[in-house]
Amino acid sequence: MTTVLESLNSALHTALETDPRVYVLGEDILDPYGGAFKITRGLSTRFPERVLTTPISEAAIMGICNGMALRGLRPVAEVMFGDFVTLMADQLINHAAKFRWMYNDQVRVPLVLRLPMGGRRGYGPTHSQSLEKHLLGAPGLKAVAPNSLGSPADLLLAAIADDDPVLFVEHKLLYTRPLLEEKDLLDWKVSDSGGAYPTFTLRTSNIEASHLTIATYGYNFELAREAARELMYEYEIFSEIVLFSQLSPFELNPLFDSLRRTGRLLTLEEGAATLGWGAEVAARTAEQGPSEVRIRRLGARDLPIANAKSLEDAILPSVQDIIQTARILLEK
Amino acid sequence: MTTNLDLYRCMYLIRQFEERALAEFSTGKLFGTTHAYIGQEADAAALFAALGPDDVIFSNHRCHGHFLAYGGDPYRLAAELMGRATGLVGGRGGSQHIHWRNFYSNGIQGGIVPVATGIGLAEKAKASGAISVVFLGDGTLGEGALYESINIASLWQIPVLYVVENNRYAQTTPTELAVAGSMADRFKAFGIETWEAASSDVLTLLPVAREAVDHARSGGPAACILHTYRFSAHSKGDDPRDPAEIAKIRVEHDPLTIHAPRIDSVARASVEAEIDALIDDAFTRAANDPFPTLNVE
Repeated sequence: MTTVLESLNSALHTALETDPRVYVLGEDILDPYGGAFKITRGLSTRFPERVLTTPISEAAIMGICNGMALRGLRPVAEVMFGDFVTLMADQLINHAAKFRWMYNDQVRVPLVLRLPMGGRRGYGPTHSQSLEKHLLGAPGLKAVAPNSLGSPADLLLAAIADDDPVLFVEHKLLYTRPLLEEKDLLDWKVSDSGGAYPTFTLRTSNIEASHLTIATYGYNFELAREAARELMYEYEIFSEIVLFSQLSPFELNPLFDSLRRTGRLLTLEEGAATLGWGAEVAARTAEQGPSEVRIRRLGARDLPIANAKSLEDAILPSVQDIIQTARILLEK
Repeated sequence: MTTNLDLYRCMYLIRQFEERALAEFSTGKLFGTTHAYIGQEADAAALFAALGPDDVIFSNHRCHGHFLAYGGDPYRLAAELMGRATGLVGGRGGSQHIHWRNFYSNGIQGGIVPVATGIGLAEKAKASGAISVVFLGDGTLGEGALYESINIASLWQIPVLYVVENNRYAQTTPTELAVAGSMADRFKAFGIETWEAASSDVLTLLPVAREAVDHARSGGPAACILHTYRFSAHSKGDDPRDPAEIAKIRVEHDPLTIHAPRIDSVARASVEAEIDALIDDAFTRAANDPFPTLNVE
């Protein structure tokens, strides 16, 4: 049994082993501590020259990675909590995202920024957010998110091999999750779009006509499966799940294929729903997708994420929220 | 070896280019904005005389002088200012956002500093022997990213030279309203070797530039603070300074006037004629080049 954490850690070991251009930078990433979430464990012992622990200087970390990438290295930065990406926003939006196009395609900026996002651990308003939506609309940035179905290691290695800057959005609750095995997916027929950042489509086994499509990414795939199971057994509502590895740029054809079968779309994300990932998916579905798709978006309420569990649970989307929203979509 | 004539040629080229660029604005051939380097030419001439061909330069909004001193083509810079397809970056960047060989510029104050620091780290990692050079102004001293960067550059002994050109005004704000304490002490506090000069004489600046560059090349960060004067407005018309003040600094601190008497007048006239023709050709040719079109997949 391999966890998402072990998978990501192994990818970093592999990248450092196989490519001398790869550097890993971040706060508190040296052994024996090995990073706040232990994703970098063991790296500094094996590759002390290329694993660089930094001061608490997010803007400089990102800017230094930009400079390294411009000059032919492949830096991988870890921000301790994804919430701190706001301190890197200038470096991402005005530098990393722009260099290639602004310099008329004469340069490349091959870097990865790993962003541990997400709540449900009681860390409160500034250590629990899913802020990726604020960066999804910045032309020149790519955003991908691992999940428990695809290989997080392969996804991270693909991001490191990418010639453009990639935001690698990790949900903290995924780290300890085991990668799914065949026995975990008996209810599902799984297909994928292929490519470096695949989109997975899960259809209920033995059911041709499902009732709705849940579009999601990252950790929320765990909630989507749980909700789909309850919808099936309790309400005889059959779902397809379209699980994205690539958040932006938006590539929605696998979703549109599913929507041609179901005609109902529920977008699910953990960031605040307003102007979020789901909003763009919904808008593009309305513009470019099959006609007459009913749509609902589900995300966090438009509030900071509270510390108290009772409040946090009420603010973030839950399995019951998914079920309730799905049932609304099914109403005549 | 850099001769007096070489230094004059560099400064005269910058002066003529910038005067022409400002003039072209009034004819409508240039749009957007530009930040003239007029008055600061000795800084670029001295520093680039001290730098090597593989060194990597990151400049800022006021980048034309640095680019020309680097050896960049005035024609391709003019074309970029005019938004032509033949410009340095095909019209995508304009005045503040250019790239050619190891020269880069971006229009974000402070944002370029960590990038240049990362460039220095990359050159060190590759053992290329090149140093990274980044140009700041007095205004940039207000940006936090600078201090994050110089802390790391010192900790990791990155070969990067931080050049502060203090032209005494951040747009319209005089340094007295924006910069507390000592400029040099900012760098010294992080353990960075720092040089400082207050002169518009390129021959005074040259040994200072050489020492600072040599120090960075020996493996650690260096800072070089050059107190200078900007004769023109920050960009185009935004100059609330007293005209008498500007007239006075033009008389007392013009790097060309200071340096010209050192050169044989015949040789000087010849160089000036050559550069006048070069600049005229650059702007005339660029003005006839096509505008870029957007190709979307």
